[in-house]
Amino acid sequence: MMTQLQALEVLARKRSGQMVVTTMSSAGIWPKLSDSPLDFHYIPSAMGHATDLGLGLALAHPQRGAFVLNGDGCMLMNLGSLVTLASQKANVLLIILDNGLYEVTGGQPIPGARQIDFANLARAAGIQHVFSFDALEQWQAGVDEVLNGPRPAVVWLKVEGRLGQQTPKPPRPLKEQIESLQKALGVC
Amino acid sequence: MITGPEAVAALKSCGITHVLWIPDTALGEWEPALSGPDGIPLIRVCREGEAFGIAAGLIMGGKKPVILLQCTGLFEAGDTLRNVIHDMHLPIFMVVGVRSYFAYRDTTTMDTCPIYTEPIMRAWQIPYVVLDERHTAADLASAYNQIQAEKRAGAVLLAE
Repeated sequence: MMTQLQALEVLARKRSGQMVVTTMSSAGIWPKLSDSPLDFHYIPSAMGHATDLGLGLALAHPQRGAFVLNGDGCMLMNLGSLVTLASQKANVLLIILDNGLYEVTGGQPIPGARQIDFANLARAAGIQHVFSFDALEQWQAGVDEVLNGPRPAVVWLKVEGRLGQQTPKPPRPLKEQIESLQKALGVC
Repeated sequence: MITGPEAVAALKSCGITHVLWIPDTALGEWEPALSGPDGIPLIRVCREGEAFGIAAGLIMGGKKPVILLQCTGLFEAGDTLRNVIHDMHLPIFMVVGVRSYFAYRDTTTMDTCPIYTEPIMRAWQIPYVVLDERHTAADLASAYNQIQAEKRAGAVLLAE
């Protein structure tokens, strides 16, 4: 099984101009790999709504598109967003980082930890392009197919859980992040 | 009651680019106009909290969405509403159908929706106006234009 850092390193190396929405654990890891005005670290958040934010951004800027780096606990809080995403045919790549834990609250198990088939949930919601990787080598080998494929797409990555973590702080306040993102998008 | 074609015309005159919604019985009558050839891109969500998150992304991306929902959905969406309006300071505009508003005024219903909708809007510190049978689509457009001018969030409570 890969660590979250290893999993996101693979994506960061291949990212080419997409907006990236992080939340919870990924908001603490992605800034180690990227410092772009197109990164939006959604903290403080309404838990479970990073997918919605990424969908809105992608609908506004379909050519650029968005990566959403979601957690498994976040995904469970807003499963309906998979149906909404499928119905919009939007340029969104949703990454589900499945560590089986509410990591940012100290590492309590999520409901159904390690028993949930997020790939089948996504397919059942109507997402046609769904990928699963539980080893780093597989993810490295498959990432090009994922990135070059149609959207929306969902990638389910099984990653190691970490205990003793704290809620990450975004590198910049939300207001500053929004201003930077909008400037980079040329909308203000 | 504002008709669907009147609502769509008013929203288009304001430059609204997307409508996010879960319809109720009254707002549902706007569906043909919204989804018709002269409508506005319509994003159907599964729960109302989603609508606030998607609207936030659209606004950050330079678009002008409106959220249409029933007051029951407003109650459900509280945390997302709090986050996008008070943490992110985005000028969200919503039209909230207030179920049983007229029946409550006439003391012919036990529905508690009208009791709680306005206090909840005040608790969330969201300015709002109530549109009832005396108002027109021009009032809807006026409410939107005012919140845009003041660069803040706001709501129309639509009496049902």
